[in-house]
Amino acid sequence: MNFLSLFVLIPLLMLFSLWLAKGQKGIRTVMVVGSSALLALAVALTVKFISDRAGGAAEEMLYTASFVWFEPLHISYSVGVDGISVVMLLLSGVIVFTGTFVSWDMCKEYFLWFTLLSMGVFGFFISIDLFMMFMFYEIALIPMYLLIGVWGSGHKEYSAMKLTLMLMGASAFLMLGIFGIFYGAGGQTMNVVDIANHTGGAQIIEFSKQCIWFPFTFVGFGVLGAMFPFHTWSPDGHASAPTAVSMLHAGVLMKLGGYGCFRVAIYLLPEAANELSWIFLILTATGVVYGALSACVQTDLKYLNAYSSVSHCGMVLFAILMLTTTASTGAILQMLSHGLMTALFFAVIGMIYHRAHTRDIRQLNGLMRIVPFLSVAFAIAGLANLGLPGLSGFVAEMTIFVGSFENADTFHRVFTIMATTSIVVAAVYILRMIGKILYGVNLNPEHAKLHDAHWEERFAVICLIVCIAGIGLAPGWLSDVISDSVAPVIDNVKSVGHLLSQSNPFK
Amino acid sequence: MDYSQFLYMHDEISLIAVIVILFLADLFLCGDRKSGTVSKALSLLPVGLLALQTAYIASALLCPCGDGMSEAFGGMYQNTPVMTLVKVVLNVGTIIVFLMADSWMKRPENQIKVGEFYMLTLSTLLGMYYMISSGHFLMFFIGLELASIPMTALIAYTKNNQESAEAAAKYILTALFSSGLLLYGISLVYGTCGTMYFDELAAKFSPADTLQLAALVLFISGIGFKISLVPFHLWTADTYQGAPTTVTGYLSVISKGAAAFVLFTILVKVFQPMVEQWNTIMLWIIIFSITVANLFAVRQNNIKRFMAFSAISQAGYLVLGVMGGTAQGMTSLVYYLFVYMVANLGVFLIINVTEQNSGKINISDYNGFYQSNPKLSFIMTLCLFSLAGIPPFAGFFSKFFIFMAAFNAGFPVLVFIALVNTVISLYYYLLIVKAMYIVKNDAPIAPFRSDCYTKTAIAVCALGVVLGGIVSCIYGYIDTLSYGL
Repeated sequence: MNFLSLFVLIPLLMLFSLWLAKGQKGIRTVMVVGSSALLALAVALTVKFISDRAGGAAEEMLYTASFVWFEPLHISYSVGVDGISVVMLLLSGVIVFTGTFVSWDMCKEYFLWFTLLSMGVFGFFISIDLFMMFMFYEIALIPMYLLIGVWGSGHKEYSAMKLTLMLMGASAFLMLGIFGIFYGAGGQTMNVVDIANHTGGAQIIEFSKQCIWFPFTFVGFGVLGAMFPFHTWSPDGHASAPTAVSMLHAGVLMKLGGYGCFRVAIYLLPEAANELSWIFLILTATGVVYGALSACVQTDLKYLNAYSSVSHCGMVLFAILMLTTTASTGAILQMLSHGLMTALFFAVIGMIYHRAHTRDIRQLNGLMRIVPFLSVAFAIAGLANLGLPGLSGFVAEMTIFVGSFENADTFHRVFTIMATTSIVVAAVYILRMIGKILYGVNLNPEHAKLHDAHWEERFAVICLIVCIAGIGLAPGWLSDVISDSVAPVIDNVKSVGHLLSQSNPFK
Repeated sequence: MDYSQFLYMHDEISLIAVIVILFLADLFLCGDRKSGTVSKALSLLPVGLLALQTAYIASALLCPCGDGMSEAFGGMYQNTPVMTLVKVVLNVGTIIVFLMADSWMKRPENQIKVGEFYMLTLSTLLGMYYMISSGHFLMFFIGLELASIPMTALIAYTKNNQESAEAAAKYILTALFSSGLLLYGISLVYGTCGTMYFDELAAKFSPADTLQLAALVLFISGIGFKISLVPFHLWTADTYQGAPTTVTGYLSVISKGAAAFVLFTILVKVFQPMVEQWNTIMLWIIIFSITVANLFAVRQNNIKRFMAFSAISQAGYLVLGVMGGTAQGMTSLVYYLFVYMVANLGVFLIINVTEQNSGKINISDYNGFYQSNPKLSFIMTLCLFSLAGIPPFAGFFSKFFIFMAAFNAGFPVLVFIALVNTVISLYYYLLIVKAMYIVKNDAPIAPFRSDCYTKTAIAVCALGVVLGGIVSCIYGYIDTLSYGL
């Protein structure tokens, strides 16, 4: 048994133990032990991965294992990781771990669904079989409905239904895209690496077929990555979800979208990616600016952060579509950085909401004096969000824009400049919000009695801040790990793009 | 005449034996119901006998002799391993239905007609056996009638209930009408080809012959009534609502599944030269079945009516496997049938036990069901998720595979429409989940304990739903049998 499978087995064990656990204490023990084990596993994997790469392991995917599952349909249980999946697993480990502490007082059923969601997320990142990826993707989606619907706030039933249906609608596109890829490549293997390298019986997918299935696959994953104009589920969903679920959702689940776009759409359909990326580039650039501008006019803290997420996640897809190694490395860094900082943001917003019972920016004032710890954490999250040097956001956005500008043509450069404006807008909405709710004079006597964070809340917040600052201060090792794995994919895209432009006199 | 060829029909003969034993037992043993142990043993008798018979016919699958194919009476009766497998699946479903029926049978008003229930149900099952194994249109027709007519009596089982009687009237009228259509189609076949043996027909068909095309259309319409595909579905909702819940469960899975399988075999075996024509017809029937049923299901409040529309749309997905008539389609159809059976019977078990204990059958009655009956609502959720195709439950796998088969057969647009429809279906299945978990209710259905037969059946269904997909050997096994049509 491959040790990567532990990422699925541990949550499975956690589900069983939760089922048997008695009392709040038992549930907490199971959750803390389980999520710590997952985090430790992710950290160990990262260390091992880096040392093995340094030791000369040059395969595209390391630690691969494959067991035939449905033989007649060529579906197998295949796992394996490259640099991208390793950092995504690390991110998921951190978010699940801190999310456990943030949802300290929740009941058993909540944690059952929460763990199921984590299982889907971890399973998705370790799989390299199309069927498995799709299955884990859907496993991660459905607990959302009950998590938001039962434990959420606001118009939760509406949001939960909207989110579930939109994402399931996207998975309909995705499923068709997967069939297209599978049968386009000859119907012999579902293994992503095999299809990409035309090994294991896979043939080269015809160009005309690629152009049909690329939009399906890209939209299918893109909806989860909050691609404009299919992002509307995300603000409602985030605003209504309970705190830890918002964290997990914005922090990890939306990354499934970006990761899938890169791993399936770009990796497996490289010619179509060259040919059609401009359409999606326009959409995502619009999304980046639109999300930032929408965030400016929000009065609800969660909505503000949700729209800011739309903008930042749009940036991920935008960078992937630039099809350069630097920009794609930036995209993965952005996923990591956005995952951490938005999780921190949602966590702190949730803690404030839990105390003040309002998330309305107009009703919150002068919190810095009342709850200094939360306020400082809030300010750090905000600053990371607007890309302050020294925190993770800066590194990611810088890489993205440098990488995007490497494309020499006017079209790409114009859109890069367009997307850059979102940084300015981000500064506007973040600084205005921080100034408004943290500083000034508190006018509400009820708010004067608020107490600051508990130990478990502090612990979660500090973990996240350490990670954000860590990436901001020492990003080198991470971007090495990522760009090593991004390079083969982009090289592949570039090489077929080169052939394409030779055969096509109009390019 | 060589009488030994009767032995080829050992599946059917063993079922007839079960019916005869039950008939005699009903005649001689059920006169006095005083002794508790005797009556308990008697209530186990049908389930036990059917389980024995299932084991008997399944044993033929485990140790096949030759290629497992057999035919009798010059090809009127044919049997292949996959047909035996379908019979086993139907048997398992019937056993679950019998377990479900037990508490209902124990009601005082049903005491005098317990034997009838079992015998009628097994008679329809026998009809389905013959339908599946037929090699001749008359054999097929007799099987179909044997499967329909006792069904009417079952639907009208609670004869003093007006709705039940109405449902039966509706069913028998549409069933007769569809039989008429089918017979007319068969007569056209005989008129143009001069034979009704399946093996000989394929060579004599040609798509250019208008009369034969008419026969194809009439055949699909006739059997479309049984599977309740749109536009032949109009009887479904009223019949499902009016029939006793146990019978509704039986109707929605067993008779539908058998008919869908037969549709596949006859289209592939007999109407092979007209494959393009029937592909077109089935394409539109499937699109309409899935879409119309989904749109209607959204608006229902009575849970049995709701399940009727859900069943119509599931039937649409089921016959997706028919498209193109490939071996992959056959495997995924049988697999879908199995998975749909456990999930749908799981839902009906819970509807039934709730109705028996509280008399409530509206979706709004289920508000807050989780607070009062957490275990039942949890299993109901699993089954609904499976019906909606959510992983890791079996329904996800069966939907994925059947879409894959249709895609491979060359119908991507149809698959896309069906996929969009799964989102609508997810919406209405989630409405029930929402009612159970999210909607607050001051007076939810009071907590109750279900009897041990129901518990066993629910456990079987839950196990099937959870393991039916992950355990890949089920699909693999069906695939090894899907040959030799």
